[in-house]
Amino acid sequence: MIAPSLALPLAIALPLIAGTTLAAVAGRSSGRAAAGALAVVTAAALGIVLASAPAVLAGQPVSTTWPWIPGIGLAFSLRLDGLALLFSVLILGIGLLVILYARYYLGPADPPGKFYARLALFMAAMLGIVLSDNLLLLAVFWEITSLASFLLIGYWQHRADAREGARMALAVTGVGGLAMLAGFLLIGETAGSYEISAIVGIADQVRDDPRYPAALILILLGAFTKSAQFPFHFWLPAAMAAPTPVSAYLHSATLVKAGIFLIARLYPILGGTPLFTYVVTTVGLVTFVFGAYVAVFKHDLKGLLAYSTMSHLGLITFLLGLDSPLSNVAAVFHIGNHATFKASLFMAAGIIEHEVGTRDMRRMNGLWKYMPHTGTLAIVAASAMAGVPLLNGFLSKEMFFAEALALRHLGFLGGLASVTVAVGAAFSVAYSTRFVHDVFFNGEPRDLPRPPHEAPRFMKVPVEVLVTVCIAVGLLPGLTVGPLVDLAARAVFGADLPAYSVALWHGFTLPLLLSALAFAGGALLYWALQRQYNLHLHVPSRWSARRIYLAFLAGLTSLGDRTSIGFANGALSRSLALLFGVVVVLLVGSTQLTVGVHTGERPLLPLTALGVVAALVLAVAALGCVIWHRERLVALVFSGVVGLVVSIAFLYFSAPDLAITQLVVEVVTTVLVLMALARLPRSGHEHSSPLRHSRDAILAGLVGVSLGGLALGVMTRPGTTISWYFLENSLPRGGGANVVSVLLTDFRAYDTLGEITVLAITALGVVALLDGVRQPKPDADHLRAPAPLLFAVAARWLLPLAIVVSVYVFLRGHNEPGGGFVAGLITAVALLLRHIAHGVSGGTVPRRFGYTRITASGLLIAGATGVAAWGLGKPFLTSVHAEPVVPLIGALPLASATLFDLGIYLAVVGTTMRMLASLADASGEAGER
Amino acid sequence: MEILVAGAIGLLTACGIYLVLRGSSFPVVLGLMLLSYSVNLFIVAMGRLTVGRPPIVAAGAATYADPLPQALVLTAIVIGLATTVFTIVLALAVSVPPRDEAADRVARPQGDEPSLR
Repeated sequence: MIAPSLALPLAIALPLIAGTTLAAVAGRSSGRAAAGALAVVTAAALGIVLASAPAVLAGQPVSTTWPWIPGIGLAFSLRLDGLALLFSVLILGIGLLVILYARYYLGPADPPGKFYARLALFMAAMLGIVLSDNLLLLAVFWEITSLASFLLIGYWQHRADAREGARMALAVTGVGGLAMLAGFLLIGETAGSYEISAIVGIADQVRDDPRYPAALILILLGAFTKSAQFPFHFWLPAAMAAPTPVSAYLHSATLVKAGIFLIARLYPILGGTPLFTYVVTTVGLVTFVFGAYVAVFKHDLKGLLAYSTMSHLGLITFLLGLDSPLSNVAAVFHIGNHATFKASLFMAAGIIEHEVGTRDMRRMNGLWKYMPHTGTLAIVAASAMAGVPLLNGFLSKEMFFAEALALRHLGFLGGLASVTVAVGAAFSVAYSTRFVHDVFFNGEPRDLPRPPHEAPRFMKVPVEVLVTVCIAVGLLPGLTVGPLVDLAARAVFGADLPAYSVALWHGFTLPLLLSALAFAGGALLYWALQRQYNLHLHVPSRWSARRIYLAFLAGLTSLGDRTSIGFANGALSRSLALLFGVVVVLLVGSTQLTVGVHTGERPLLPLTALGVVAALVLAVAALGCVIWHRERLVALVFSGVVGLVVSIAFLYFSAPDLAITQLVVEVVTTVLVLMALARLPRSGHEHSSPLRHSRDAILAGLVGVSLGGLALGVMTRPGTTISWYFLENSLPRGGGANVVSVLLTDFRAYDTLGEITVLAITALGVVALLDGVRQPKPDADHLRAPAPLLFAVAARWLLPLAIVVSVYVFLRGHNEPGGGFVAGLITAVALLLRHIAHGVSGGTVPRRFGYTRITASGLLIAGATGVAAWGLGKPFLTSVHAEPVVPLIGALPLASATLFDLGIYLAVVGTTMRMLASLADASGEAGER
Repeated sequence: MEILVAGAIGLLTACGIYLVLRGSSFPVVLGLMLLSYSVNLFIVAMGRLTVGRPPIVAAGAATYADPLPQALVLTAIVIGLATTVFTIVLALAVSVPPRDEAADRVARPQGDEPSLR
């Protein structure tokens, strides 16, 4: 027996992990194995859910809560109540039948692993939605269903209509999902919690909040897009390009019901207000009538079923919108009924398509004599859809009529609703009649691609099971699903549901009369359309929501194109000029600056002679860079001077770590840039006009003045900083006196981990860019000449010395200026010198030494230090430190941060040397001896 | 002293931007180097200027320079090295097929195979 707290997570994990993996693996050998594996997993999940059912039926919902990200209110909270139980049984039960059906439906060319793995993913996500007791968790599963349905609809990826249908479904339901998430956030902010069962307790507070209307509309957008409500319905017919098992599962029983489920689940929180009632009933009713009307005119078998599904979803939405207890019972009841008869109809349609090779009802007439068995099943299911007595559809439709007729006392709008329902019901009968008559009777088949015959025996078993359920529920509602529906309705409406009875016979009532009228009207309508209008010649209007959607999409794309070309037409300088122009506007526009040009009240540091001289040198060097930027070597020397002055400034302003780093980086940069320059072709004459020069100069001057002014404004004002925390805790908690180093390797180690990863990626980028770029050097014979002897000897002696220095700098880094970054750079400089003296392939620095491997091991060590903290039960990258006394050396400060620093060291060395080796390769030196 | 630093930041920014806006690739690399100097100085300046009190915890010292901007800038310097090299290599890789170093070509590759060797 499974512990109750584990049951629900296990039910989701089974299809999510075991289902997807097993199906994908088994799918490599055969479709039968994949279907079998997934069927076993699904049955197990169903068994787990059913094992929890007695407790739920006894009025005790099963729940589990695991913290996930407490900071944002996200928890892995699952709860199985009546509504969730009803949906779970539908999802897993019909899922099981769909798996069996798909086993016969998929052709030899259809990869089975892909199909069943996606189906398993979808099933798990759907189960997650209905079991979630946390709004954010629900949103997570909701998004997974959108993605999984995209994959399932686009399963036949070679077909353009499948790709378009999949994209459309993803776009529409994805946008709706975002709106829904925004609504959830509003509710969570209002209620102070994201736990659904907790919010239900303070629902009044949520409904009275001024943010309620916005939250309601946003969430309804999510529900309506998912449930294909008008005017977001167009993705559903387009999704009919999916394999029929997918349609039977997603577009009858599960995916589209997720929106319905959302409305039902949040009814206790959002429902009951006039806004809710008006919006939901109106949208539901319009969808109900519109879907039923369009369905009659569809020639495509699955198209008819798609619009009929849309119509029934509208019916359920309408019922959920009504603020009456029994309408909720009717809605919940119809959810189950529609799932059973519609899934069986989709499967029957799939069988017919499978056996005759087309879905066009104008061609397949009179199939009854060829497929009597399938025909019987389809006729029973279609009758349930139309609402014929003795079948389940009749019962819920009768309740629907009763609710709609009750509205007629509510004035004009109520009366209009009653009449609309009657019209819609007649259309429902008409399209059900057409489904039966056009497929199985109405003459002889017309040029079918395949001679019609019955389907394989077991392909019909799922349909038989579903049709049996239709009949059983229709005859004995109280004995079969009565308790479950009751429980689910209580979960929606609350415990105080008035007494009601779901029964076959209520006497001669008004709803019964309406049923009779609908049948008569529907039959008449169909007869008139077929005989007088000649339905088969009907050409659908070119005007459709789908076309509007496509036009909107095309407009959006072209707007995006035009905008991006306006900003970036390919010229780097143009994009940058625009960028800097915006910077100027922002800087000048901000009040910070207009105030900041004047100095603040903070006492200034005294001016020193050294400072003035340094500033002069810097100014000369910077301007020299600009003036002689064509003379590459001269410009590089000037930029080196700037770097030196900057590093002196760092030293002067109490930043020794920065000063050392800047100094060493200056050396490495110069060497690497020089190597690249040897390859970079000389620029020709610059074609820019004097106008452009002055434009650039003015722009540059403006940004410079505003940034300098901003800096002055800030520097002359006192400020608050969070650094006291680091200064106070560096020694006691980080085990190091050098706060900058402890910041890098401890407090903000996560950040540093990211940064050395960026370094490594840059090195890989250099490798990729230079891959294969190698050409003989133009007039660079002097570079081939051996290095001067003195230099070569000095370099040889320098390497070990530099290594010692870098070890020293590395070790003292935690308490004094130094650390992994600087040590790595010093090592790199020594290796660079060695390279210049001997050439990369000169023997002493093996070119294939595996610098990429060094970089990778640096990253791994740094990452492993972080992961090790988990082993101690601490968060990622928490450091530990100790100060063991070692004989001879004395107290040795040891921190796990030192290990992290080692990772930094290796990453820096590896990155620098990898870039060097690539540049050397590109310089054609590899071929030299 | 603050005025000198602010002036240096402004000057380096202006020179860097002017160079970045040139049409060929070497000035762009040079400009990026100057810009990263100025931005690093700017970030350190945001911690206010302090003389002679490096952020190394010592007995008796009461105030220190702000260590946080320094930590940010330290990694920025090293990443600046990597991006500088990357930029110049990018210019190098792009400039191999055509015999000039037009930076404006970076955004629209010509599509023809680079003639290596």
